[in-house]
Parts: sequence; structure tokens; C-alpha cells
Amino acid sequence: MTVEKMALSKALNAALRASLESDPKTLVMGEDVGKLGGVFRITDGLQKDFGEERVVDTPLAESGIVGTAIGLALRGYRPVVEIQFDGFVFPAYDQIVTQLAKMHARALGTIKLPVVIRIPFGGGIGAVEHHSESPEALFTHVAGLKCVTPANPSDAYWMLRQAIECDDPVIFFEPKARYWDKGEVDREGIPDGLHSAKVVRQGSDLTLLAYGPTVRTALLAATAAEEEGRSVEVVDLRSLSPIDFDTVQRSVEKTRRLVVVHEAPVFQGVGAEVAARITERCFYHLEAPVLRVGGFHTPYPAARLEDEYLPGLDRVLDGVDRALAY
Amino acid sequence: MTVASTSRDASRSTTTQQSTAREPDAAPGTSPPAPAKRAPAKRAQAKQTPARKAQAKKAPAKKAPAGKSAAGKRSAKTKPADGPGMVQLLTPDGERLEHPDYPLTISHDELRALYRDMVLSRRFDAEATALQRQGELGLWPSMLGQEAAQIGSGRALRETDYVFPTYREHGVAWCRGVDPTQLLGMFRGVNHGGWDPNSNNFHLYTIVIGSQTLHAAGYAMGVAKDGADAAVVAYFGDGASSQGDVAEAFTFAAVYNAPVVFFCQNNQWAISEPTERQTRVPLYQRALGYGFPGLRVDGNDVLAVLAATRVAAEQARSGQGPVLIEAYTYRMGAHTTSDDPTRYRRQEELESWEAKDPILRLRRHLDREGAADETFHAELEAESDALAKRVRESIRTMPDPEAMAMFEHVYADGHTLVDEERAAYADYLASFADQEGN
Repeated sequence: MTVEKMALSKALNAALRASLESDPKTLVMGEDVGKLGGVFRITDGLQKDFGEERVVDTPLAESGIVGTAIGLALRGYRPVVEIQFDGFVFPAYDQIVTQLAKMHARALGTIKLPVVIRIPFGGGIGAVEHHSESPEALFTHVAGLKCVTPANPSDAYWMLRQAIECDDPVIFFEPKARYWDKGEVDREGIPDGLHSAKVVRQGSDLTLLAYGPTVRTALLAATAAEEEGRSVEVVDLRSLSPIDFDTVQRSVEKTRRLVVVHEAPVFQGVGAEVAARITERCFYHLEAPVLRVGGFHTPYPAARLEDEYLPGLDRVLDGVDRALAY
Repeated sequence: MTVASTSRDASRSTTTQQSTAREPDAAPGTSPPAPAKRAPAKRAQAKQTPARKAQAKKAPAKKAPAGKSAAGKRSAKTKPADGPGMVQLLTPDGERLEHPDYPLTISHDELRALYRDMVLSRRFDAEATALQRQGELGLWPSMLGQEAAQIGSGRALRETDYVFPTYREHGVAWCRGVDPTQLLGMFRGVNHGGWDPNSNNFHLYTIVIGSQTLHAAGYAMGVAKDGADAAVVAYFGDGASSQGDVAEAFTFAAVYNAPVVFFCQNNQWAISEPTERQTRVPLYQRALGYGFPGLRVDGNDVLAVLAATRVAAEQARSGQGPVLIEAYTYRMGAHTTSDDPTRYRRQEELESWEAKDPILRLRRHLDREGAADETFHAELEAESDALAKRVRESIRTMPDPEAMAMFEHVYADGHTLVDEERAAYADYLASFADQEGN
């Protein structure tokens, strides 16, 4: 049996294991990834099976982790780096933006930087400061990086494997609130393209576009809206750079309305880019402006307020109502 | 032979000084070192070795207004002491010294080759500075004065070693066989690097200071994993030593025992910030806190740099882990052609270092040894002129990149947005051709 039901976290673990097995140059690096198996246990058991040379516990220095991963990539390795939490990536931001993203171009294509940076991102787990952020727009803005995020275990498995095989640096955002969601993974199946968006629920009145942790929210909202007689299509963006606008466009040309949902602040976020592009592509199809539902222009709030901040079911449904009211 | 650990170095170097009865700067006929003039700090003096005290007497304390104004009240009162134990094999007069830990047997042919490297790389550097003044380059970071540090270390390496430079390592690039004209591309503005790092094991110049030390540490971790017999050298400056990345590179290299030589060219100035704005201990002593050896070498002495780097690189190759070398030298020109060093440093300081000119020093040694005749020098001058001419011609024939080049090599595996923008911009450009009826 090749199809198994597993949690998203286990699917990531299985993907790392498969990549370590298939290519001796693949390395896993990060804080606590060895004996502990990572704070979310994504790397559980890998050091035991592949050794300390392949699954590398690092000093607590994010710039150092990414900077040395660059050096290892230059030596022919394929490092998969774990940043422990979203808010901890910033000490490494300089290395990612000024070095990792640009080195291939600076060398006129003569060298490749196959580095994957895994970042558990997003909120909803009641964590303390710097443990719940959605910094994806800060990375999608940078040429030279690719950014993806799975929303279900199957995509978690395949997208991570594809990211590791990619010769470009990939920022791999893991929806930490969905680590424990279960789903079917076909490890011998044929994956979707790493940078394709996917219609995950058909509908005809409106398109909800989401990625990572908000895909489940969007699906729940579509179910709720159905009870009110509204047919909502849900598109999982999956790839944030590049973005598969063709799939989004096809959906919007069908439904004529688009609401983008993400946890990150809407101001200058991924949703803003989608709104601009889709308006340009679908101007004569749209019955309503593209709306966004997401985080506010505030620091991510203390845990007791995160339900107010996060785009939950009611706020998404409010967005649906507003779009349909035009 | 191993590189002396810092603590052992400190105790041994006193003996060394006594045995040679001469600290580098104390060589007759040279000015006292500028830092001594600049720094009246009592605590630093209190820690001086007897040798230093003697020297301080010889160089009677001039008032040091520049030191005071540069350091300011917020700075630590101490300045980084020169510290004992600077490895030197040639005095500023070109007299040969011996060092028990860094022996060097060198033929006249090899001496002439080092001299040639330094003369040619200085000529290239001078030509690039002139080309900037003529508007052919947007910027040039001169290496003037650092030839010994760069040629000495560059020539200590093997082909299989790997170098991560900052943006001033023109002499090291020369040693690695990188054509000097390739270095000009980024300063002319035709690219941001432009060479294949693997063709000469010489990585791209890195502008953000200190970043490359981490790449070097990571690369060296890979070398260790491969079990390869190679050393990695990370170049950086005294200014970069303040960057967190350098500290992290030291940590990573130390805990993974990576075969990397951290080669700090302490050229005394980070643009206008003096070394005492970066540190209150001699930079080579930083290594102690990370658990690997550090040493200071006279960076204007090509033989000392060669010998010390050879030892350090061999130590790295043989699995003994990282080494920090602080090459104590001086940037005689500006930081880049954009700044004006007369605004922040004194003429006397420059003059004191000019007396220690690394090329002059080796020339004096060649003369003492009778190792080079007039024919050699005449031929070298002709070779220098030819190099300068070639550099000038190459810059004037260096084509601007095609407009569409900016879309190339953004990604190895492509990116639909880049493809889309490339196509749209190509159409836009083509629209002009249509209007012109082409």
C-alpha cells in the first residue's frame, strides 16, 4: 500500500528521510534538529539513522546556520536548514537576502545554491512573542528566492521533496498550526508542479484564495457559506514565488469574485500582489473589487488576542458577504 | 610544526623578541609606530612588556590629539595594544630574521617571484585607481600597502585550497590566477561579480563585510565532510571583525573543527573608523575565546606572511581546525576612491607606514642578497607597463551588458514572473524598433 494517512509533521519527516536516502549530498541543519528531533519533532529520528554528519545540530546562530549552508552548497551539498520559528529568521535575513538570493546571478549562473530554508510560520498555537508571525512577503519581494507553503500532508511531503531537488534557494514555509492535521499521502504518486496553485474545492459564486494555514479556514468558510446557498470555490495558492496566476485567473473568470485570505498583515502582503495582478488580468470579468482578509498593521498580538487578529471563519465569511454585496 | 596557541605564543614571543633583540617597528631608521603616538592610554602601558616599554621610551610621547578626538569620551580608555609576538622575518630595512615557529627556506628565484607579484599587483591597482579617476570605473578599493599581506598569503596556498575574499583582495586574486581584468567588471558596473568561483577556487568579491567568513566556514565544513586535503581561507578586515557574522563564523569553524584560516588584514582603518573603534584587544587574541590559535604577523613582511600562512593552512589541512591570522598592515590609500583619508588620519601616520612599505622592504632584501640585477628590474618594469596597458585596453573595450542580461541567471531553474517580465520588456524594446521602421 503506497497511500498512507499521516499528520503533516510526519509527512515532512518522511520527505526529509526520503531526500536524505536518495542523495548523500543532502544535509539537514538547524538548532535542536538532532537528538531532540526539532522543537516540533519534524526531524525526529533522522540523526539516529543518518548520523551527525548528515543531520547537523548547529550553534544557536541563525546567520551562521544560513551562511554556512551557503558555503556547504558551494561545496556541492544540498543543505535543508531549519529555522526554529518565524520570528527567529531575521538574524539570518541578511545572509538570505544579500547572499543566498543573489549569488547565482552574481556568478553569471556558474554556481547553484540549492538551499532549502524551512520556517514554521503562522499563529494560532498560543505562543509567546516572535513565535507566530507570517513574514512571507519579506521573502517573496526578493528576486532569487522561491517561496512555497503546503497546506496538507500530501503537499507537505511532495513539495518539500521538490524544494530539496530544486537548484534554487527555496524558503519553505510550514503552517505550524496544521502540523497535526492528518491526510493521505501517496509516496509513489505523481506530485503537482511545485509552483502550481490548485483548486481544492469547486464553486461558482466566488473564489477564496488562501495558502498554508488559511486553506483549512477557507474550506470551512466555503462549507458554511454553502449552507447559506452560496457556492464558494477555494484555491490553494501553494507557491508564493512564483505565483501561478493562470490558475487563479481561470477561477476568477468563472466566479467573478475574489477574496484573498492570509494571516500576514494585508498591507503590502501577498494578497496585495494577487489583487493587483488579478485586477489587471480579469478587469472585465470582475463583479467586485478583489478583497483581502488578513492580519492587521500591528505587531502580532499577545496570544490571548490572536483569535481577534487571525482571519477566522467569521471574518472570512464577512469578506465573502462584502464581495457578494457589489 | 604547529601554530602557537595564543597563550603559548604570548610567553614564547617575549623570548623571541629578546633573541632577535628587535621588535618590528623598532628597527633602526623607521619612525615609531603610529598607534603608539595615538594612544597615551595608561592601562595599556601598564600591561606593556619590557620590550614595549623600552620602545615607548624611544618614541617619546608626543601629545596625541588625534587619538583623543578619534576615540572620544564614549570609547574605552584602553586602545588595542600591539601585543607581543608579531611574526617578522624581514625588517623594514630588508634584513632577514628567523622565527623558531615559522621557518622559511627560500631561494633567490622565489624571492624574485614574490617581488614580481607585488610589483605587478601594485601596478594593476594603481592603474585601476587611475581608471576610476578617468571615469572608467565607478569605484575602486585600492590595496596599496597591503601587497605583502595578500601576495604572501596567496602564494602560501595550494591550487586545491579555496579562497573567500572581501572586495579588496586584488593581490590574492592575482595569486589564484584570476585575470585582473575580471576584477574590474563589478567596479565598472557591467556585473556584480562575473567570474566562476570554481575555476580558480576564488569566490566572488563580497561587499557586505564579514558575510563571506560564514561561507568559508561552511565550505570548510564541507571539505571536512569530504575528507579532502584542502584549506579554506577567509579574508576580512579589522572593521569586519566587529560584525556578528565573523563571530558566528569563528563559532561554527571552532565547534566543527573546520579547516579554515581566518585571515584578517588589519589595515588600521575601516573607512574613517580606527581599529580602536572595533576592539580593545589585539584582534588575533579573539581566537583564544573561540578555542583556536591566533597569531599576529607583520603584514608588510611578505616572507613572514608566507611562512605563517603556510603553517596555518597546513594545520587546517591536517585536521587541526581553524586558525586566525591577523596581518598587521596599513591601507596607504583611501578606503575607496570615494573617500578622503586626509579628513580622518594624519600625514605623519601615513609617512611612518610608507617607511615600512612592503615592496621597498623586499627590494632592500633583494639588494642585500644580490638576488636581483638591473636586468630583472628593467624587465619587470616593462612587464608592469605592459600589464597596465592591457588593463587600460580591456576596460575600454569591455562591452556594456545587453539590456536583457538583467533577466538572466536570476534563477537556476527559471521563474515565471521573470520570464513574463523578460518577455514584456523585450516587446517594449522592440516597439521602438518598429517605430523606427526597423
